[in-house]
Amino acid sequence: MMSNTTQATAAAPAAAPIHSVDEPRGGDPRPATATAVKIKARDVNVYYGDKHALKHVDLDINENEVTALIGPSGCGKSTFLRCLNRMNDVIDSCRVVGDITLDEADIYDPSLDVVQLRARVGMVFQKPNPFPKSIYDNVAYGPRIHGLAHNKADIDDIVRQSLERAGLLKEVHDRLDQPGTGLSGGQQQRLCIARAIAVNPEVILMDEPCSALDPIATARIEELIDELRENFTIVIVTHSMQQAARVSQRTAFFHLGDLVEVGNTEQIFTNPKDSRTQGYITGRFG
Amino acid sequence: MTDAATPTPVGPSPGASPIRRPVLSGPHLRRRYAAERRFRLYGLASIAVAGLMLLLLVGSIWQKGHSAFWQTYVEITVTFSEGVLNPDGGPVDHHELERADYLSLVRDALKEQFPEATGDRRLRRQLYGIVSTNADFALRRMVLDDPSLVGQRRPVWVKLSDDLDSLAKGHIRRDLPESDRRVSDIELGWYDVLDKAGRIESRFNVDLFTAGDSREPVEAGIYGALIGSILTMTITLLVSFPVGVMAAVYLEEFAPRNRLTDVIEVNINNLAAVPSIVFGLLGLAVFLNFFGLPRSAPLVGGLVLALMTLPTIIIASRSALKAVPPSIREAAFGLGASPLQVVTHHVLPLAMPGILTGTIIGMAQALGETAPLLMIGMVAFIVDIPQGFTDPATVLPVQIYLWADSPERAFVERTSAAILVLLGFLVLMNAVAVLLRKRFERRW
Amino acid sequence: MQTMIVILALTGLALIGYMTGRGRSLVLARGVTPLHSLPSYHGLYVAFWVGIPALLVLVLWLVIEPRIIEWIVLDGLPSGTVDGLAADRVGLLLNDIRNTASGNIASQKDNPVIEAAATQLNNLRAIGFVLMAVSCAIAGTGGLVLAQRRIAPGLRARNSVERTIHIILILSSMIAILTTVGIVLSLVFESWRFFTKVPIWDFLFGLDWSPQTALRADQVGSSGAFGAVPLIAGTMLITFIAMMVAAPVGLMSAIYMAEYADPRFRAVAKPMLEILAGIPTVVYGFFAALTVAPAIRGWGESIGLSVSSESALAAGVVMGIMIIPFVSSLSDDVINAVPQSLRDGSYALGATRSETITSVIIPAALPGIVGAVLLAVSRAIGETMIVVMAAGLAANLTINPLEAVTTVTVQIVTLLVGDQEFDSAKTLSAFALGLMLFVITLALNVIALYVVRKYREKYD
Repeated sequence: MMSNTTQATAAAPAAAPIHSVDEPRGGDPRPATATAVKIKARDVNVYYGDKHALKHVDLDINENEVTALIGPSGCGKSTFLRCLNRMNDVIDSCRVVGDITLDEADIYDPSLDVVQLRARVGMVFQKPNPFPKSIYDNVAYGPRIHGLAHNKADIDDIVRQSLERAGLLKEVHDRLDQPGTGLSGGQQQRLCIARAIAVNPEVILMDEPCSALDPIATARIEELIDELRENFTIVIVTHSMQQAARVSQRTAFFHLGDLVEVGNTEQIFTNPKDSRTQGYITGRFG
Repeated sequence: MTDAATPTPVGPSPGASPIRRPVLSGPHLRRRYAAERRFRLYGLASIAVAGLMLLLLVGSIWQKGHSAFWQTYVEITVTFSEGVLNPDGGPVDHHELERADYLSLVRDALKEQFPEATGDRRLRRQLYGIVSTNADFALRRMVLDDPSLVGQRRPVWVKLSDDLDSLAKGHIRRDLPESDRRVSDIELGWYDVLDKAGRIESRFNVDLFTAGDSREPVEAGIYGALIGSILTMTITLLVSFPVGVMAAVYLEEFAPRNRLTDVIEVNINNLAAVPSIVFGLLGLAVFLNFFGLPRSAPLVGGLVLALMTLPTIIIASRSALKAVPPSIREAAFGLGASPLQVVTHHVLPLAMPGILTGTIIGMAQALGETAPLLMIGMVAFIVDIPQGFTDPATVLPVQIYLWADSPERAFVERTSAAILVLLGFLVLMNAVAVLLRKRFERRW
Repeated sequence: MQTMIVILALTGLALIGYMTGRGRSLVLARGVTPLHSLPSYHGLYVAFWVGIPALLVLVLWLVIEPRIIEWIVLDGLPSGTVDGLAADRVGLLLNDIRNTASGNIASQKDNPVIEAAATQLNNLRAIGFVLMAVSCAIAGTGGLVLAQRRIAPGLRARNSVERTIHIILILSSMIAILTTVGIVLSLVFESWRFFTKVPIWDFLFGLDWSPQTALRADQVGSSGAFGAVPLIAGTMLITFIAMMVAAPVGLMSAIYMAEYADPRFRAVAKPMLEILAGIPTVVYGFFAALTVAPAIRGWGESIGLSVSSESALAAGVVMGIMIIPFVSSLSDDVINAVPQSLRDGSYALGATRSETITSVIIPAALPGIVGAVLLAVSRAIGETMIVVMAAGLAANLTINPLEAVTTVTVQIVTLLVGDQEFDSAKTLSAFALGLMLFVITLALNVIALYVVRKYREKYD
């Protein structure tokens, strides 16, 4: 399992011609066992109109780790996730207060450009949402708009690599020109992941990516998340505690808009400090 | 994972190269943002174009038409001489007064005002032309109302001619050479003399609202067309509202889901998009030629417009009925009400604001409709005010069409004024509809 | 007017029926057995029995009576007057008689035969009215007596009344179908008569349109040409110009409203577009003829182009303005139906708004937009007043927007407004044009509604 992963990820960046490599972070080799903080959230509050949806959240997301956000429905974990790439901007009534930094840069800085931010922080949604286009165009969309390739061959390359890394290429290589909406639910979700990694973001946010999928498709996505950790920092919101335990290194427990507890996944699941966490993971509520 | 076992066709080759990252600065991003701004501008420009056109349309009509609400009058001193009104002496005879030569009274008064113009025949004709050609009718009316005027001398306000009216309203430029303007220098001089003497006055044009059609722009009014419109709309409302509501109630509350219902539904949707002129052809072939109903009658016009408005009312009523939550029906059924009682006692009253809104909007459409009425002959030149549903009549939009087709320049002003009145009615109706919607808007 | 009196009298009679029915059931209610239905239902029961049979008699009478009277009048004419006359001549004769009878101007004044026939017609009409009033009264009172006698405590008055109302409701909804049937039948029937005079192929593919048929056979140019191609070409030209204005402006407005505008801007812009949609077409026609056409002409002359004073461009542009709100409101619905998840997906990849719109939302909404445009095209083809007032009458076969062209609707209006002899090919050709118009717009609508519905199903 592990060897496969290494092979796949090591191979992934290969064959790629040198492209726009961004100044400070591009060539920077990242240690596999990173503890460098990628995203830092301090005193984050979110309001929907009058409703205080997220209260004083402090949380660090480590680089090249999978961080799971768990908690009962409506606890604010998805809200927090959407703060990280400012998807909340789309909602009119939503107001975000507090500091969130990505690589020490404030992402709510007015001079910062959301397009730039979202290219660095990708997202996968709860329900698979492939565009009503061909599989190929779905994946090629991101690279095209961000100018990642200069010619057709480059795009072909990126599309195949991304599908490969999402573990979908084998299933769809002979029908890349067919609509993405014709795939099964699990395949659609992997297509969405491929679409997200085609842009090569630094962070991938996943909002309950498996909730609409059957167990087999879920297992496939979970494997994929584990493989992707090598190159990406991943934040995943999940309803399933087993899933959190399986895929994540760190886990944060949200309850009623509060961040109750955060720590190593093992510690949270075996030795929670807060009684509410205890209650939730043992199934007393949620 | 089985990737390793079955290598994919285009496998990535071994060897390392840096990861591609999105271009996040520099000219590429600037280009993208420029494209974004351009696109946004196109959208804004489109709405601006639409708004500008609306402004231009209403503005040009207002500019052409607002002056028609005013009419310029001139004061002349008329001697109601016995010699003209009662040539054979003796007691004043009503019959004689009716046939008397009032034109000569007007002419005498003008000659008295400008004695210098009496010599030359051409000059005289110009002088007679400065008042409206119907000025004598005004005198006749005065005398018939009050026969004691005979033998007296009175100042009388009569309408100025079309051209001088235009001059008074500033539609004719004085600085043009004489040959290029419709008012000669002499007429201009007379006008200025009268104006200085305070004998020119602009009054609210009551005739526009109280007179029927006329070949003479100064005399033409929209009253006949207005009455025609009211009669026609009455028929339209009386037919389309009950039929439309009953059809909607049936389709929404009683109809079983079967082929017939589907056919009716598709039918209604298609009828809503049939060109209005085709309804006119239907009216001509069925109502006039087959049933032998009278031509040009509000009855037929109303029926044609009713058929045309029916789909609008049915569709609006259905959505209003649909918006009434099922829980209300269930509650009434639970009390043992019959299906018809449920509808008439509970559903229909709750849906009524929506139904009325739809009906008003449909009526507004019908009020502005022209083409189908041309087909059934409501386009005739009709001077008399229609008295009933089968009298020949015309309606406001058709009157606008008729006037717009007239060659006389002065009709442009009348046409625009009639359009302003029509638009006023439409604005009023739509305002009522909006108000109704706001007032009774209900969130379930 | 006389009919109105009968209808009013019948309404009164029905009211009496309601009162007596209700009163009788109230009397019965004091008895031992309880009433099955409420008294008001008994009242309605009687009222229906009064009104419906009498109304049926009235309607039948109104339809049949004129025919019988005409037949009697024609029969009463001196022998030889009608024999050997063509059908249209008989029609003219009848018209004269009718006009003389109602005191209008007739073409053959002082003709003793017609005068006599007119007097007879008037007499017959008077007799007919009395007979009609009497038979309606008989039907009404008959129903009243019958229904009164059936009122009993056990009478299921409510059920009968509700059944009757149910039938009335069904009949109301059938009127829509009846209208369509009426349209199709009248158009097909008259067109068929036209095609017996002019071959259908000449009509569909003829390149020449000059519908002047002479009154006498020996007149010059008596044949007339009924080739519809120039009309269709003219219609298409003006429709094309209109869509060139309406499609981009309408679509971009809709996109701006749905994707960019904040609620305050929408609150101003949306009603503005609705006003544009609510302006009567005759007003647009006036605007086109008096403001836009001279402007285009002046502009054309200033750069040395010769522009017809009734150019296709002026009519087309104004028609386009009229159709803008139509395109924009339909597209607005369609764009709003695109699920938010697709927008989220695109934004999450770092796409700008315009990139999201052009490469995700528009492709997703394309079927709906196509449907909206088709509906708008159908509206443009059927539009009458703008072209009647601003486009020409000359049937030019041209694609130059600066020349005058004529359209199908313009010709229908010109052919049918004014005096008409009902059997000439000239008049009948209007119905053939109407049939063509109906078929084209119907086809466009059916396709558009189908496309839009398929699109809605995809996202519902």
